[in-house]
Amino acid sequence: MATLELRGIKKRFGEFYAVDGVDLMIAEGEFLAILGPSGCGKTTLMRMIAGLEPPTVGEVLIGGVPVTHLPPRARNVSMVFQSYALYPHMSVAENIAFPLKARGMPKAERETKVQWVVGLMGIEALVKRKPGRLSGGEKQKVALARSLVRDPSLFIFDEPLSSLDAQVRAMARGELRQLHDRTGVTTVYVTHDQLEALGMGDRIAIMNRGRVCQLGTPRELYDDPADTFVASFLGSPPMNMIEYDEHILGFRPEYLLPCGTADVPEGSIIFKVRISQIEFLGSEWLIYGVLEDDKNETKLLAKVQPAVAGELRAGKQHDFMIDRSRLRYFGKQSGLRMPGPV
Amino acid sequence: MHAGVADRDGLLGMLMLAPAVIYIFILVAVPFFLAIALSVSDATVGDPHIHHFVGLRNFIRVMHESAFGLGLRNSIIITFASLLLILILATAESELLVHNFRGKKLVQIFLILPWAMPVSLAAIDWLWFLDSEFSPVDWLLRSVHLLGPGTLLGPANHLYYFGREWLGLASIITIYVWRLLPFATLIVLAGRTSIPRDIFEQAEIDGSGFFRTLFRITLPALMPILVVASMFTALLVFGDMTVVALSTRGGPGYTTQVLPYWAYLKGIDGGALSEGAAIALFLFPVLLAGSILALRFAYRAESR
Amino acid sequence: MFVLFAAFPALWMVITVFKSDADLYNPYHNPFIFNLPPTLKNVEFLFTSTNFTVFLWNSLFIGIIVVAITLLLSVPAAYSLSRLVGRWGQHSSIAIFLVYLIPPTLLFIPLYEIVSLLKLANTVWSLILVYPTITIPFCTWLLLGFFKSVPREFEESALIDGCSRFGAFLRIALPLALPGIATCIVFAFALSLSDYIYAAVFVSSTASRTVSAGIPTELIRGDIYYWQSLMAAAAIVTIPLAVAYGLLFDRLVKGFQGDIADDKAAA
Repeated sequence: MATLELRGIKKRFGEFYAVDGVDLMIAEGEFLAILGPSGCGKTTLMRMIAGLEPPTVGEVLIGGVPVTHLPPRARNVSMVFQSYALYPHMSVAENIAFPLKARGMPKAERETKVQWVVGLMGIEALVKRKPGRLSGGEKQKVALARSLVRDPSLFIFDEPLSSLDAQVRAMARGELRQLHDRTGVTTVYVTHDQLEALGMGDRIAIMNRGRVCQLGTPRELYDDPADTFVASFLGSPPMNMIEYDEHILGFRPEYLLPCGTADVPEGSIIFKVRISQIEFLGSEWLIYGVLEDDKNETKLLAKVQPAVAGELRAGKQHDFMIDRSRLRYFGKQSGLRMPGPV
Repeated sequence: MHAGVADRDGLLGMLMLAPAVIYIFILVAVPFFLAIALSVSDATVGDPHIHHFVGLRNFIRVMHESAFGLGLRNSIIITFASLLLILILATAESELLVHNFRGKKLVQIFLILPWAMPVSLAAIDWLWFLDSEFSPVDWLLRSVHLLGPGTLLGPANHLYYFGREWLGLASIITIYVWRLLPFATLIVLAGRTSIPRDIFEQAEIDGSGFFRTLFRITLPALMPILVVASMFTALLVFGDMTVVALSTRGGPGYTTQVLPYWAYLKGIDGGALSEGAAIALFLFPVLLAGSILALRFAYRAESR
Repeated sequence: MFVLFAAFPALWMVITVFKSDADLYNPYHNPFIFNLPPTLKNVEFLFTSTNFTVFLWNSLFIGIIVVAITLLLSVPAAYSLSRLVGRWGQHSSIAIFLVYLIPPTLLFIPLYEIVSLLKLANTVWSLILVYPTITIPFCTWLLLGFFKSVPREFEESALIDGCSRFGAFLRIALPLALPGIATCIVFAFALSLSDYIYAAVFVSSTASRTVSAGIPTELIRGDIYYWQSLMAAAAIVTIPLAVAYGLLFDRLVKGFQGDIADDKAAA
């Protein structure tokens, strides 16, 4: 178990900077999610932490020790690949034992450790099988077992849930997080799925174009996004954005409420919306509309509880209100978050 | 722990690559330069050491012999003719092999047999197949009355496949086509199967018939591969000497001679190593041009 | 129809093997059927009265050693090109194949000289020395395609698990490449069997000749061609080769497909 520190990491491929200056400090035992769209540099960053690629500039420190130019095997890091990378020509038991064998551990000791981790993951039944005969969920368990068996300082997960069926994914998410809590190993979890990041991370580092846009707890990122990118990346459906003078006004669909018969509360702003479509999603309704009197014809989304949806009809105009405190302001040019009223 | 050689990718890579590269270099690059040196020397089999340099004398001497012109002509004719036939047939054959059918494995064995057979044995096999007295082909032709007195191909009862100039050349071409068709088919097939199926399915929906699809879709897509296949095949045919050596021996006279075989006759049989080397070197520009073209085509394949 | 064209001369070859002299040399007999009962006399002749077995043994001996040399040099080279030396390594596939295509007819004269100077002329060792120049490029090409198709993740996982680069090569890449290596063994053997030029030029004494060069010379005494035995010899050599090649047909296609995919990626 150790801390992870990244100082000024940059990675260049030809003229292109895949990672353009990243500084991170991860505490012992922390679960950090690195979130971002494809091409943002998170995979490259992860590979530099693991030692599979050297950074062009910058330092990697694990447990305070610089490891920047050390090969992977010297870093005591474990990694679970997206495809699990289980060695196809070895049985499950041999797969799990491999890291121990590679480090020259004597047979008896190996067997004890393998047994322990097999018990921990509950995969006794699979021990003699080859990876080709395992289901997705089973492969994941084996991959986890293999990475646990040697007591690493750091765990790296590379989108480990993306090859699972949607049904299994939610369960797997919970199990993974529980495993982390039980073992307490510092974990870096790379994903493009914001739900995973929000649900699992102690903190999230959200990346775009090689830089970390924001680092903070899931709540902080959701409620106080640092820029328009973070604001629109998190949350499903994404934040509404309206251009207004020199600012961009942002607010989440779930805070946009249709005005009913009751009085409008203090401190709310009213929007006139022409509704274009209404979607019934089971637990809630999605209202698609266009802002009236807006030269940009900005589209708006409201996520509304069934109780309130009431007499909303497509094609009609309706007033919607939002509490001022829910508004977020962003600079029009920079996209950066700004304080201040309007 | 520090990084050792076994960890440093670049260094390890070089070390692992080195033995093969050194081996090839010593036994391919060095002989090549040696060939150049030989061709401008007066070495012979009896005295293979290079004593004197004689400039371009060997080249000039060799070019004045009648065998040279004939050899060059034949090498070119044989290569082009074989190439043409092979390309057409390979394309057709690969169309067939794209689909799966019962017994495909067995068919594959038969189809690849000509290439699998050692050259010399193949030449002998054809020598017998087209034997001037006992060829089964002649027998067949005779039984359908295409051969013999008063027929189209007569009046003799036999065709002297390897004893005539043009018939001999045709026979040689046939052997090359037979031998290299599997090779070319493999390459074309690789290209053919790389074309995504959707394109063909789309064409089918659009109502394109067999020939239209073939000419408008398949062939254009195959063009780079066809070029590569041609280059490779041409290199193999142009540089080969075995078939001629064992079938016509270059005869009658020098009329079916080819450059590589002549180089052998002059250099090894005849003992004039330096002249043999000179002749062989005539092959080189063609081979170089062919290789460069092949590489360029291969590397710019999809840039359109 | 192609099968017919390809197979015809081969079938004819096999039939000839079993024909008796009287039957074969009568121009009025239908050559495709046995007008007189088939005989094994010719096959017997091949094995007892000629040096065929010597040739076979030589070819075998040479083949095995050449395969060993080839594997020793090609496997690391192919791995290196596919993983360790950057982009150009991976795209060198076609260039390597071209080295394979360099015709022996260009190099045989200087190589003959080198071989004589090394006092290896007329021995099997001259061929053992020279054949890898053909087999190494071909096998490296084949293996390069093969290694490229093994996903990198297995080796990266091994690196993280505690192997050095070389360790990952030995323990993970190599076992996964076993089918490719098996293919190489077959082809390296076949290639060394097939060559005629070097075999004919470097070796003149019958005792050291290979199958490829020995059969034409041995079995053609003066002007007399012992056709049946010739065909028998050819058949014995060819059939296993054809079967092996035929079964590995798809592998070869894949090898070329790798080159094509390369170009698409490069563009």
